[in-house]
Amino acid sequence: MLHNIRVRVNGEWVEACVPSHRRLLDFLREDLDLIGAKEGCGGGECGACTVLVNGEPINSCLVLAVEADGAEVLTVEGLGDAKDLDPVQEAFVQNSALQCGYCIPGMVMSAKALLIRNPNPTRDEVVEAISGNLCRCTGYARIVDAIMQAAQAADAAGPAPAGRAAGHAPAAEVSRAGGE
Amino acid sequence: MAEKTTYIGTAVVRSDALEKVTGAARYAGDLKFDRMLYVKLLRGKYAHARLVRVDASKARKLPGVKAVVTGTDFPYRMGLYLVDRTPYAVEKVRYYGEPVAGVAAVSPEVAEEALGLIEVEYEELPPVLDLLEAIKPGSPLVHPELHEYEHVPAIFPVPHTNISNHFKIRKGDVEKGFAEADLIVEDTYYVPHIQHSPLEPHAAVALYDREGKLTIWASSQSPFAMRKILSQSLRWPMNRIRVIGPYVGGGFGGKAGLNVEATLVPLAMKAVGHPVKLVCTREEEFRDTFVRQGMWCRLKTGVKRNGRITAQEFEMYWDGGAYTEYGVNVTRAAGYSSAGVYDIPNMKTDSYCVYTNKPVGGPLRGFGHGENHWAIEQHMDQIAHRLGMDPVEFRMINLQREGSTNATGQVLHNVGIGKCLEEAARLIGWTKVTGPGKIEPGVKKVRAKGIACMTKAPAMPNDAASTAIVKLNDDGTVVLNISAQELGQGAFTVLSQICAEELGVRYEDIRIYPVDTDHGAYEWQTVASRITYSCGRAVMEAARDAKRQLCDHASRYFGVPAGDVDVADGRVFVKGDPSRRVPVATLALGATLPDFSGYGGPIVGRGKFIPEGIVAMDAETGQSPKPVANWTYGAQAVEIELDLELGKIEVKKVAAVYDAGRVINPVTAAAQVEGGVVQGLSIGLFEEMKFDERGRLLNPSYVDYKIATAAEIPEMLVSFVEVPQEDGPYGARGIGEHVMVPTPPAIANALFHAAGVRVKRLPMTSESVRWALKQE
Ligand code: FES
Ligand code: FES
Repeated sequence: MLHNIRVRVNGEWVEACVPSHRRLLDFLREDLDLIGAKEGCGGGECGACTVLVNGEPINSCLVLAVEADGAEVLTVEGLGDAKDLDPVQEAFVQNSALQCGYCIPGMVMSAKALLIRNPNPTRDEVVEAISGNLCRCTGYARIVDAIMQAAQAADAAGPAPAGRAAGHAPAAEVSRAGGE
Repeated sequence: MAEKTTYIGTAVVRSDALEKVTGAARYAGDLKFDRMLYVKLLRGKYAHARLVRVDASKARKLPGVKAVVTGTDFPYRMGLYLVDRTPYAVEKVRYYGEPVAGVAAVSPEVAEEALGLIEVEYEELPPVLDLLEAIKPGSPLVHPELHEYEHVPAIFPVPHTNISNHFKIRKGDVEKGFAEADLIVEDTYYVPHIQHSPLEPHAAVALYDREGKLTIWASSQSPFAMRKILSQSLRWPMNRIRVIGPYVGGGFGGKAGLNVEATLVPLAMKAVGHPVKLVCTREEEFRDTFVRQGMWCRLKTGVKRNGRITAQEFEMYWDGGAYTEYGVNVTRAAGYSSAGVYDIPNMKTDSYCVYTNKPVGGPLRGFGHGENHWAIEQHMDQIAHRLGMDPVEFRMINLQREGSTNATGQVLHNVGIGKCLEEAARLIGWTKVTGPGKIEPGVKKVRAKGIACMTKAPAMPNDAASTAIVKLNDDGTVVLNISAQELGQGAFTVLSQICAEELGVRYEDIRIYPVDTDHGAYEWQTVASRITYSCGRAVMEAARDAKRQLCDHASRYFGVPAGDVDVADGRVFVKGDPSRRVPVATLALGATLPDFSGYGGPIVGRGKFIPEGIVAMDAETGQSPKPVANWTYGAQAVEIELDLELGKIEVKKVAAVYDAGRVINPVTAAAQVEGGVVQGLSIGLFEEMKFDERGRLLNPSYVDYKIATAAEIPEMLVSFVEVPQEDGPYGARGIGEHVMVPTPPAIANALFHAAGVRVKRLPMTSESVRWALKQE
């Protein structure tokens, strides 16, 4: 069965006719070509497909497109682009809080949702907020650092400038030594 | 070593960061084409069965179905080291989940419906599920045709058995070594099958066009190796096969070689002109892509009272699964590194790759070393405690050092392990331990420390090479054409840094584009932690070549000798005369001389690298003066908190120290270590693929196969030692895989220090620790 839906995606109203079984994730990726949200499991286990629906983080693989009728949906594409990064994205860049990047759009959206709800989270609250977002690459530490920094940046004076200059992420100690 | 550098050793921002935080980065599963078809695979329902009848006639008639294939349509064997695998089961299924048929249709729904219409009749055969039963004479054979299979010379299958490779080390005289020992310690260890589980499942699109050319877009670590395997198997010239590799959403070895792509080839050939796309489900990702082989081993070591090891005997049995085309080489690598980081004069190692009716074993980050070090590094602690020595002190006595020999008899130089171990012990605040932890009555939680070392070399054929091309654009920006894959490890960043350093341009002005075998410089594979080392050297040479051309143009342009000009920060200048300088753009396509005539031409720099001087190991003894390109060493120390009631281990702190030779980017290097430590922690505490008695995988989901989440991360202290690698760029060597190897044994050693118990079978779950505590 087909349904007419109206969804506000990244600030723009979209009208579409979708079958009842169409998942929100497929509606975004296949119908609207918004490929930022990723499918990692299709079962609500990994968080790679996280988008905000009316400001709440949801796994878009578990929600039907028809359920989003009338809702406000925010994906990573609506958050900011290279010229105008969201403070969360900026903090991920500056903290080198990404490797393969596959989990990152979902992580960024979970972080955004947290900071909307709670602009001054503790480290534990950050960990809690991303505990449904799996990452196989980073070991999470820099992601948590980035979200803490984004919270502080937003607290201080709005977003830092974007750029590819040298980062401020903590580097490892290096000791130079000859062989034995 | 102390020369001034602009970009080497500098924490530039990752070149892929903006693309990845904005959602602009494209992965294979994001690709969409006109006329595209969707592929689903019908998977076998038995671990071992004869295919009596596969009837796809009804599926073929379903409207919307464009192509259906079964094994007999495409019976080509493929494989990187041992050619034993067909994309679809032919005559037999050899593991529960093996592809039996494939469908390409106009929608995923139609493809799925078509699968339901394919009729398969099986005749069940006795499954070979127990590794140690499989090697007994009289066991049913998974591949009775093993003796007919082609393989590389370094692999030694045993015909008419389930052993697809038997690797041997015979060094010194073990009998004599054990006779000299004051103490002999012997134990057995086990690691289960695990999954890489990258967040991005395997995905690929294949197009066979009207001209007869096959193009594959794949989430792959190995576009060139994939092309080679297909070309050899199909006997097609390589110029009929093109592989394109967008960003890879995590590989960890699971996307090396040829994978699910092979199943798409016959479908694409039937649906000419239609790109056919397959994205694995998470269940398929767990079971039907490469898995890490299980391994059971027996380790026996002789030692003098003064702590010096005299002999070691090591038997490893690898649960290779249904096809071991890649797994055979894991077995080999774990064999030649079987001394670990220790100097052992007398050694006997036997490493066996064994066919079973389980999912297909293949490379996983660490390539056999997470497995053999699980045994070696616990064993070392066990010996130390038997001698009443501190584990760090005992290791120091036996570590490889200048002039030591390893398992292959190779004489070692510039060995950094001593520094790594010292530094890891210092960072964790190591204090002498000389025995098991004792549990005081009434205590609920205890803290303890443990330590482990590791070494690993790239396991690759001697001709594993890299090339690089540096092209200057009109405006002085640079295209760095290399075919290393960006898997998340930061290859594009580090290679751009090397290019910028050598060429004298700004890092931001360098771009690397997705791999394309038709247009890209050759690269063997993005595996074996070899990219910074091997491709890095090729990039260095290519950038130097481009710079030479630039300086040649500049010398004519300025009318000075070539030696008097230099390039820095995107400008070409006469040394010592800051007024005479031009942007690189002015000379990128050639120089316009004062009389307006042209000189030179567009700049293209070229570089290549192959590790030199590698000598094949002797077939009987495994001895060689230089068996591999290089060895990377490292040590990790952990501090855990053990809940004595629950048996739950919490890793509180990890100190990880690696000899990177030279750190090109301190942030991406540290980040890679952190990721590896947490992956190691996850494997140590949680991960195991569980099978039922019929060989069915019981936990193919993140719910039932837990991996570490943000809630489990320890405090991590990362540090690097820099003992230069002679032929590495600026002295650099790889660290990517190494960093997850010692975490599990370090935790196991800490567990012993906490409560006097040892879990010799991974993972160290609360249940297994509780059980061990009860036995005490
Ligand atoms: S794809 Fe939605 S939670 Fe994994
Ligand atoms: S960066 Fe690869 S999964 Fe998170």
